[in-house]
Formats: sequence, structure tokens, C-alpha cells
Amino acid sequence: MNLMANIIPAAAEIFLLAMTCLILIVDVILAKHSKFITYALVQLTLLGCSIITVGTHENNVVYAFNNMYVDDLMSDVLKIISYLGMSMVLIYSRQYLKLRGLFTGEFMVLALFALLGMNVMISANHFLTLYLGLELLSLSLYAMVALQRDSAIATEAAMKYFVLGALASGLLLYGMSMLYGATGSLELGAISNAIMQGVPNKSLLAFGLVFILAGLAFKLGVVPFHMWVPDVYHGAPTAVTMLIGSVPKLAAFAFTTRILVEGLQSLEHDWSGMLIVLAIASMAIGNLSAIAQTNLKRMLAYSTITHMGFMLLGFISGGIEGYGSAMFYTVVYMMMSLGAFGMIMLLSRAGFEADTLNDFKGLNQRSPWLAFMMMLLMLSMAGIPPTVGFYAKFSVLNSIIQTGHTWLAIVAVMFSLIGAFYYLRIIKLMYFDTPESHTPILVGSDTGLLISINGLGVLFLGLMPGTLMSICAVSVQQSLLLH
Amino acid sequence: MSFFDVVFYLFAAITVIASTGVIVARNPVHAALCLVLAFCSGAGIWMLLEAEFLAIALVLVYVGAVMVLFLFVVMMLDINLVQLREGFWRWFPFGAALAGLMVFEMIWVLGSRQTADATIAVVHGADYSNTKELGRLIYTQYVYPFEIAAVILLVAMVAAIALTLRRRAGVKSQNIAEQVKVKKADRLRILSMKSEPKQ
Repeated sequence: MNLMANIIPAAAEIFLLAMTCLILIVDVILAKHSKFITYALVQLTLLGCSIITVGTHENNVVYAFNNMYVDDLMSDVLKIISYLGMSMVLIYSRQYLKLRGLFTGEFMVLALFALLGMNVMISANHFLTLYLGLELLSLSLYAMVALQRDSAIATEAAMKYFVLGALASGLLLYGMSMLYGATGSLELGAISNAIMQGVPNKSLLAFGLVFILAGLAFKLGVVPFHMWVPDVYHGAPTAVTMLIGSVPKLAAFAFTTRILVEGLQSLEHDWSGMLIVLAIASMAIGNLSAIAQTNLKRMLAYSTITHMGFMLLGFISGGIEGYGSAMFYTVVYMMMSLGAFGMIMLLSRAGFEADTLNDFKGLNQRSPWLAFMMMLLMLSMAGIPPTVGFYAKFSVLNSIIQTGHTWLAIVAVMFSLIGAFYYLRIIKLMYFDTPESHTPILVGSDTGLLISINGLGVLFLGLMPGTLMSICAVSVQQSLLLH
Repeated sequence: MSFFDVVFYLFAAITVIASTGVIVARNPVHAALCLVLAFCSGAGIWMLLEAEFLAIALVLVYVGAVMVLFLFVVMMLDINLVQLREGFWRWFPFGAALAGLMVFEMIWVLGSRQTADATIAVVHGADYSNTKELGRLIYTQYVYPFEIAAVILLVAMVAAIALTLRRRAGVKSQNIAEQVKVKKADRLRILSMKSEPKQ
């Protein structure tokens, strides 16, 4: 076993782990008021990881650690976007956390551990690593939700998240054990080969698939496994909600792709039928429930359910276009949700959460620029041109029409129309209502710049989506279909 | 029926009876002790399968550490059982239906008896060390997942400390170091007073 051949593909993860441990120690030594050093170290670590990931990129698919780890273009692209997303989460939430006494080393270290878990999931080629990566991510997130100890609602959210998450992990493990029983392997490639050669026990395979899909649906938060999403999004501190609602979606996309496409491609006929049910139910219940919400965090939670359902449409259509558009949709969704939660934190102050719809009333009079940014983000979430949300929806719908599921595209468009109502309602509140309070909005230079980049980025990517779309298509093509 | 089968069915029966005891026992301490018994007989079954390391780890870790901790928690907390059992009959049909579904499914899956690896396990000689083989695999083929598992334990540690270690204001606790360092001047104030004249 050549040591370097194993270490080089995973260099970014090893660096991330080493730096996280270092930060853990450095943070203990630092005084309470100099947490900025920890913060700077975390940002430097993310930068270092990006450089290493780009530096160790290879044009072909590389396997390491006895085929447990895979380094391909899709994993590299997703990892770099996840570093970027995590960096944005920390910049957005710095001021918010400071005002609530949560700007501690533990928060940042747990965030880095969550990132490590996501990267392990993104590069996993074995059920064991997929599961361990998922647990690493989930365990860090459970703790982060509960960090605000004095808030009863946060503790309740953490408890619900923990119990339902454990249940989902159990379902997933049960499904994996059945697939192991049916195929005799836990490695994705070997499972795929075994199924293609014919498996004696078809019912075991089918049961395994159902359990795995149920576990996946829990983690993605799609109907009927969505009950935890609104409560957790609502109860967690907004910084943690932002973390849960943005970057892990990339890992969830990779997780779904690795299991369903790389491992169980031959069962596509079976799982695409189940995904159709999940997708339609998510779009229906997500959109209809979001209309009734008065809390913006809950509304965005239902909107996540809808978006994840929409993303699944890409998996149903399949092929480079289908998976590529699903990846594009996930990346775009991450950007939009970062911006939307970032806006909630920008408007919040010490002891005040701007998380109800009423807090956005008349935002245009208080801060026209922020209102404009929020309008761009909401238009993008609703899928209205010229923002990138339109293009993301368009590419998914395009791929699904090409595979002949025209009725599914019509259903998706109908529900998107219903969904447009609650996004446009926020724009109406910001521009046509009078503000309830005139407290000045204090925006730091870093967060102000970031929200501008985020909002304008949504517009810019919508005007020229070609580059990102082709990156997604090429990486999916290289990673999934050529081996 | 060979001796092997007799021992297996004996352990299996004890496991099933003890597990039933865990859920029907009225006293939580009895339930915890039943769980200990179930773990011990489970370890016996693993021993039959020549998985000595797992059997010993189960006894040492679960029976020795986890269950003792659990017993402490059960004894220290005042658990109101009446309150816990309140919704039992209301939810019984739902739970029974779910359990029935699981049993049906297991019979379906296991009844077909066609798994990929349905061969009988190789029986090794007395000089074969299960522990050594496990160690060799963990540090070679499975080193990557093993390291991730280690990181998960680290996260659990960080999370446990982050969630429980905090200084609350207004807590009346002793500070031994301060008590030891105390000087006479900190506690005692000597006043010079004029003595009162005798009456």
C-alpha cells in the first residue's frame, strides 16, 4: 500500500482536521476577548483547504484507502463551493453571534467538524464512509443547535433534531445492511456490479432500497419525512439555521448521487418512481404550508422542503443533464438561502430577532439597498428572470421534459406559481407597507459587502449562467458516467 | 442437536426473555439489570461465533461502563413511572401494527434464505487470534473509516463540554483555593475600644 498515493487525494481533509485540532487548542489559550484570532485562523484554514483541493486536482477519477475514498471532479467542485459557503456563513454570523455571547471557539470548531463531515460524505465511495461522514456532520449540527443553552425553544429544536436524526440514521443503516446482505459488499462500485450481474434475493434488495430512500429523505427533509425541518429552523439560533440550511445541502446532493446513481443505477426504475412521489408531495406541502407562516425562518424552512423536492426532479430525469441540473440547482439554492438568512441576521440586533414577516415591513424606507438585495434574493427563490433561480428551475424542467415526464414539469410549474405568492409577499411588505419601527440598521462593512456580492451574484449568475452550468455538467459527466 | 445448538438456543432464549424483561419491568432498576443480562447472553452468542474480541468488548464496555452509568442515572433521577405509562393503551394499536409490520417484513426477508454470502463461516483453529486479525484490518484496510470514527468521538467530547461547562452567575459554591489562602486580616477586624469604666 503506497502511503503517498492515499494521502495526496485526501490532503485537504487531513489539513482541515489538523487545523481544526490546532484551533481547538489555540482557542483554549486565547483570552475571551481575542476570539478574533480564532475566527481569522478558521478563515485561513478554509482558504488553505481551497488551495490544497485545487492543487491536488487530477483529471481522472482517483480512488484511495482501499476504494473507500474517491477524488473526482464533482467532489473537488463541491468541496470548493462548500469552503466558500462555510466562509460566508461565518462572516454573516460573526456580529450576530457576538451579540448573543455565542461567538466562541466551540462554535467555530464544531462548524469546521461539520465541514469535515460534509467533505467525507462528498468523497465517499463506501457505505461505511458515507455513514460516518453523515454522523460527523449531524453530531456537530445537533450540538450547534443546542449551544444557546438558555433558550427553551433552541433546546427543544435540538432534542427533536437529535431524536429524528437518530431514527433516520437507523433507517439508513438498516437499508445498508440489507443491501450488504443482498450484494455481499459495502463498496458502491462492487454493489453496482453485483446488481448488474443479478442478485438472487430481489425482495431483500427492494427492502434495502426503500429503507435507504427513507433515510435519505429524512436527511434531505422532503415530505413525508420533513417534520423536523420547520421546528429546527425556527428554534435554532439564526446563524446555526443558516449553516444547516445552506452548505449541508451540497453534501446531501453528493450523498444522494453516490448512493442512487453510483451504487444503485441499475435500480433506477424502482427509485425514480419513489422519488416522483417524494418530489410532488414536497412541492405541494412545502408551498402550501409556507403560505400560512408568519415567521420568516419557518417560511424559509418550508421553502427548503420545496426546493429539495424540486432538486429531486433532476434525479428523476437522469443523465448528464438531469444530474448536472440538480447539482446546479443545489449550488444556487445554497447561495440564495445564505443570502436570505444573512438578511435576517443583518436586521437583528442585541436581544431582537428580525425573523417575522412584520420586521420586513417598509424595509425600503429604512434601507433601500438592503431592500433591493432582499428583492433580488426573493425573486430568485421564486424563480423569476433575470435572476439565477429562474435558470436553475428552467434547466431542471428542461431535462425532465426531455425525458418525457411532461406532466411532472406541469405539476412543478403549478406549484412554483403557488410558491411565488409568499416570496412576492415579502417584496410587497418591503416596498408598499410602512415600517413598524425606525431603529437604524447597523451593517458592518464585511457583512454589507458580502450581502451585496450575494445579491448581485444571484443577478449576475442569472444573466450568464453558462459557466457554472457547464462546470456542473462536466463534473457530473466525468464523475458518474465514465467509470 | 449438537452441543453447539443447545448452547446457542440456551443463550438465545435468555436473550429474548431478558429483553422482554427490559420493556415490561415496572422498576427501572430491574429493567436496567435485565439489559445487563441480555448483553451478557449476547456476548455468549458472539463467543459461539468465534468473535471473542467483540464478546469481551461488549461485556467490558456495555456491561462494565455504560450500564453502570445508566444504573446511576436511573437511581439518581426520580422517574415517575405512572406518568411514563400514561399513553400506553392509547398508542398500543399503533405500536402493535408497526411491530407486526416489522415481524412480517423480517420473515419475508429472512425466510427466503438467499443472501449473497449464505455459506457457513470458516472454523479456525485454537491458535487463531480474532483480536489480532481485527486489529490488522482496522489499521490497514479500514484505517480511513477508523480515523473518522475517532473524529466523531472527538466531536462528542467537544460538544459535551461546550454544552455543559458554563459559569452561571449567582451560584453559591465553595472555592477551596480562596479558602486556604485566606489571611487573618481578611476575616477578622480588631477594633481598639475604650474600656468601659466599672459600674
